[in-house]
Amino acid sequence: MKWTVEWTAAASTPDWNQVLRSQGLPEGEALPTRLVGLVDAAFERYLALAEPRAILGFVEPDVFAGIYRGEGLNSHETPLESIVPRASRLALFVATVGQRLSAEIGDLFARHQPAAGYMLDAVASEAADGLAYAAGRELLARLQDAGELANGARVLPYSPGYCGWHVSGQRKLFAFLGPETIGVTLNQSCLMQPLKSVSGVLVVGDSATHRVHPTYSFCDHCGTKQCRERMASVK
Amino acid sequence: MDLLKSIAESLEHGDDERVHALVTEAVAAGLPAGDVLNQGLIAGMGVVGEQFRLREIFLPDVLLAARAMYAGLDVLKPLLARDGVPTAGTVVIGSVQGDLHDIGKNLVGIMLKGAGFEVVDLGNDVAPERFVDAAARSGAAVIGLSALLTTTMSVMKDVVDLVKARGLKARVIVGGAPVSEAFAKDIGADAYGFDAANAVDRVKALAAGA
Ligand code: B1M
Repeated sequence: MKWTVEWTAAASTPDWNQVLRSQGLPEGEALPTRLVGLVDAAFERYLALAEPRAILGFVEPDVFAGIYRGEGLNSHETPLESIVPRASRLALFVATVGQRLSAEIGDLFARHQPAAGYMLDAVASEAADGLAYAAGRELLARLQDAGELANGARVLPYSPGYCGWHVSGQRKLFAFLGPETIGVTLNQSCLMQPLKSVSGVLVVGDSATHRVHPTYSFCDHCGTKQCRERMASVK
Repeated sequence: MDLLKSIAESLEHGDDERVHALVTEAVAAGLPAGDVLNQGLIAGMGVVGEQFRLREIFLPDVLLAARAMYAGLDVLKPLLARDGVPTAGTVVIGSVQGDLHDIGKNLVGIMLKGAGFEVVDLGNDVAPERFVDAAARSGAAVIGLSALLTTTMSVMKDVVDLVKARGLKARVIVGGAPVSEAFAKDIGADAYGFDAANAVDRVKALAAGA
């Protein structure tokens, strides 16, 4: 079963402080009025232009295994290989904040307003990232309504491009979901258009489902070590 | 002279309206456009770059300074063209084929412009041929490549190889979260920039023939 979700721009707006943190500003820093103006203007533009939506689809483990194998380019061993067998439900997703934001960002740079363009890019990127988690909440709500949500169930998104899952894996994911219906396409380089889009699988399970030891071949080169925060968030 | 100092200081504070007004005043007072650019705007941006490198200020402060720089450039651009004031050089930049992550690349572009370079930004998902063609067309001294995905880093080598195969004089600098000095060396790139401020220093050195 597949379904689409549309959020209001306001519901997808990222946290003000989080956007500043993503730009390296320490918490509690006193902000000059001009900076507040720049950030506020970016949020206003976001609210006016965002068209956040997603497509989700339940997927059986054996079907997912084929999608996950993709074009055979994944790393040798990956976390999802041990996470997926422990999951109670899997759903694929593609989510986007829409094309109008990317167009506006490009326009702002073209009109020599790089600060405004850059700040809008930061807000829209943070929002796009957040949609993967919003899709996860949507999935839990749906399972809850259907009386299919086990006690203590937690959901996390996992995306092609992360942790050994090659970005070319998006081809089979797209073929399964058909996100063209929400306006998202994949180009030859496996990039999603609109740019501010995210894709992946939502894994539902108890908190132990998501536990991995970050000692894979690619962990050494990972600059983010986000897996630790993610595991902590579903404890 | 004081006027130029005030321009630099206002730029450091990100005061775009004041920079615009002061640059207009400087031009009206007959100061050469090249001096206003180099000793006012670029000097101010230089201080901002240094403070950013030392972590004394943060990215949004750099953005405000960049906005002020553009406010001054709006006034100066026609005069710089009229007087034939040379830029610091041309740099072609872009995120490599298969990569959409352009926030870091955009920042590098903003800071390069702040340092007086002419920047040809090809955007994201840029094929090796496009980098090389744009560099040949614009006579760029430097090509700047950005990659954020481990899967797209290999494209950087394709660009380096193509630059060599075509016999282009342009030097290549690479950067982005998964890229390192060792990787840059490995693929035969001429430099690695670990952040935007460092990229400007490295590009300056490359453009000067170092
Ligand atoms: C020329 O010389 C130089 C010199 C220095 C240079 C340089 C060039 N270029 C950069 N530098 C250097 O200077 C800059 C300033 O100091 C620095 O630039 P950075 O770009 O590093 O830093 C910026 C100022 C801020 N940093 C960033 O902007 C990147 C932040 C993270 C969180 C990120 C973001 C924001 C986004 N993303 Co994406 N994203 C991630 C990133 C995780 C991370 N923490 O790095 C990363 C890069 N993403 C990843 C992935 C996989 C993806 N993303 C995707 C999507 C997105 C968003 C849309 C949500 C958003 C877009 C941002 C944009 N417009 O560029 C997807 C693709 C979307 C598409 N359209 O196809 C998708 C493919 C996931 C998916 N399947 O949905 C991961 C890559 C994994 C890997 N190692 O290969 C990732 C590391 C996240 C993670 N936690 O694993 C330096 O690196």
